[in-house]
Amino acid sequence: MTEMTIRVVLVVGLYIFIGNSGILSFGHVSFMSIGAYAFVWISCCTLPALKPLYLPGLPIVLQETALPSPAGIAAAAALAGGSALVIGSILMRLSGTAASIATFSLLAGQYALFRNWTGVTGGTSSLANVPVFMTSAIGTLLAIGAVLIAWLHHQSRFGLMLRAARDEQTASKASGVNVWLVRTIAFGLSGLIMGVGGAMQAGFLGIVTVDAFYLDVTFLTLAMLIVGGSGSLSGAVVGVIALTAVTEMLRRFEVGIHLGDTLLALPRGFQEVGLGIVMILVMILRPAGIMNGRELTVGHFRLKR
Amino acid sequence: MIHFLQTLIDALSLGSLYALAALGIGLLFGIMRLINFAHGDFVALSAYALILPSTDVVSTLFIGSLSWPLLIAAILTFGVVVALLSNFAVFRRMRTASPQNLMVVSFALGYVIQNLIMTVYGARPKALGLWSSLTQVIDVGGLRVPLLQLVTIGVTAGLLLGLLLFMRKTPFGIQMRAAADDFRMARFLGVRADFVIALSFAISGLLAGVVSLLFVVQTGVLAPTMASDIIIFAFIATVVGGMGSLPGAVLGGLLVGAASSLLQAYLPDGIRAFRDVFVFLFVIALLLVRPSGIIRLKQFEERV
Repeated sequence: MTEMTIRVVLVVGLYIFIGNSGILSFGHVSFMSIGAYAFVWISCCTLPALKPLYLPGLPIVLQETALPSPAGIAAAAALAGGSALVIGSILMRLSGTAASIATFSLLAGQYALFRNWTGVTGGTSSLANVPVFMTSAIGTLLAIGAVLIAWLHHQSRFGLMLRAARDEQTASKASGVNVWLVRTIAFGLSGLIMGVGGAMQAGFLGIVTVDAFYLDVTFLTLAMLIVGGSGSLSGAVVGVIALTAVTEMLRRFEVGIHLGDTLLALPRGFQEVGLGIVMILVMILRPAGIMNGRELTVGHFRLKR
Repeated sequence: MIHFLQTLIDALSLGSLYALAALGIGLLFGIMRLINFAHGDFVALSAYALILPSTDVVSTLFIGSLSWPLLIAAILTFGVVVALLSNFAVFRRMRTASPQNLMVVSFALGYVIQNLIMTVYGARPKALGLWSSLTQVIDVGGLRVPLLQLVTIGVTAGLLLGLLLFMRKTPFGIQMRAAADDFRMARFLGVRADFVIALSFAISGLLAGVVSLLFVVQTGVLAPTMASDIIIFAFIATVVGGMGSLPGAVLGGLLVGAASSLLQAYLPDGIRAFRDVFVFLFVIALLLVRPSGIIRLKQFEERV
């Protein structure tokens, strides 16, 4: 449950950029990583000696501070959001496939940087004893906050202009939309949310490693967004719930179910294989995802298209 | 001077490997706008076919125990079969899908293959000594060059020449180029879509087989994610060279390989570990200057 709230934050973060702009980004997990490390830099560690010991490259001021978790989350949001804004302002001069591949390049570059920047990130070794603050209540609260921000952005003129640029770039430019600006804003905002998601992950597991923020998470979060349907905010949330349910089910099967005296169990690793197959099937049978670009509606409450 | 020449050969052989991988990706993009993220897993799967399926740490040779002409033929065939199977099982059903969906599906397929390898062979890397005589260093006029690097460069040059002749001179190649130019028009003129796509998958799988052999001999290690580095660079190479252009893919591969080797050789010690960071920065910078790559094709320009 707590894990699911983290995923909601991450996938909603992805939705703000990918869903509204229509540009597939492979690089957003970078901001998750930045957020998680920002959280470590500000809020770690319970032992006063830990940070100076493992991260000798950090500025002395940071080595001596260990602020409470909310400050760490705020720092994660600020640092991830800030770097996403700067990087986005550069990358958003590209569009289409070139932009997608550039974000892929961003992910690989950031991964290589953090892996080798041993004094500041601990390099390949994992940082343990990170303060654990996540409970399902806090997670739910943050997830609702993320959905609310995504909704506000979606309703704002920036969201509207961004979707206009997604659907018809030339026409939107002709109508006075600054495509670069609206894309950069969305990129920064979604980076910020991803950063919070990274801090939540750090504060949930209590361990941070560079390897935890690479291709696997990228795949999982993108899968959730796209299976749910990247065309709508409800799609993002539905995707998280659906794929979490599927993985949970496959995990049960992997452990095995008793049928009379025999234990029926799927081979290990089937969880991932099954997830991939589900994703391929959804893409073949329902190319626009489960929600097909529509929003869930409650009475007269409705999102703008 | 000697040091520079040695670096140059390094650059050329690494670039060749990237170019072969980039070509396998570029071919499919040219014809069906598919950015094939599973290509690296084709490479890994072909390499794993060398040994018997088991989760033991020690690997037992399977195809790898054959004599070398048979071994090469078997692995290349294996690569082709894997690529064709994934075409029939998955991509054939997505003919009308958007490039974005194709990209996601190939990502998912790669994930499935990678995890299947982990299930069957175990997740730990395995040592595999194949053709260790190739890794010996030979002396050419004061230059000390691993034989394998020369083989890699030679094989790449040969394959590129063969592919060039195939694309220019044979009816199949001409059909493929026509389909890459304008798929709908080519179909109107009697090019069979299924056949052309299957053919490009087959060639792509063949290239994956070649890359897997060269790479395994070079590193001597099998791991489920062994090809992911090559593939990341190969992707970048196809974009840098110009999406959909085959000469572009080769050029991009050589360029990225050269950048990587030269940085390795000439960066000061303190920041050499950050080599890849510089390579990726260089790529982003290049994309900003020329968003559609070095070789620009008119059919990929946005038309209004």
